[in-house]
Amino acid sequence: MGEKTLTRMDLSEAVFREVGLSRNESAQLVESVLQHMSDALVAGESVKISSFGTFSVRSKAARIGRNPKTGEEVPILPRRVLTFRPSHLMKERVAAGNKS
Amino acid sequence: MIRSELVQRIADENPHLYQRDVERIVNTIFDEIISAMARGDRVELRGFGAFSVKKRDARTGRNPRTGESVHVEEKHVPFFKTGKLLRDRLNEDM
Repeated sequence: MGEKTLTRMDLSEAVFREVGLSRNESAQLVESVLQHMSDALVAGESVKISSFGTFSVRSKAARIGRNPKTGEEVPILPRRVLTFRPSHLMKERVAAGNKS
Repeated sequence: MIRSELVQRIADENPHLYQRDVERIVNTIFDEIISAMARGDRVELRGFGAFSVKKRDARTGRNPRTGESVHVEEKHVPFFKTGKLLRDRLNEDM
């Protein structure tokens, strides 16, 4: 099992290898994909990528939280959170690839 | 937004690229992320989020219909944690 951490650089390298654009343009395209996904999510849209997964934005109501260390009550404001639901294909490939 | 709309938005911004190349670019990015996780690697995309693999221990589950005990093997599942910048952007002016 790997335990390596990939970054944008590795994704641009893959685009460079697969598509044959310059390294610079490959990096810009990776950035642009992430930017478009982020913008859609910030606008409240879900992002559904077939055979990858679905990103959706959920609104959470305000609640009273507690500082676990001091026991002190702190208000938690209403907020929006992002959830990711992996596709079956992703779940299968991750389960199969990491089988011990 | 679905995959084809994402491809379209990127294609609109890059009129010098063929649509099929934009499709390959988008597919390559998502395939690369899945392949990395299938190897047990993490993919950290600063500002957007990080994909990682979590181990779920073996457990004794129950068939909810019959109540029968079943052994569930240890398995690995994909996990995504939202990046700080995106989390903050989701909550701007709220």
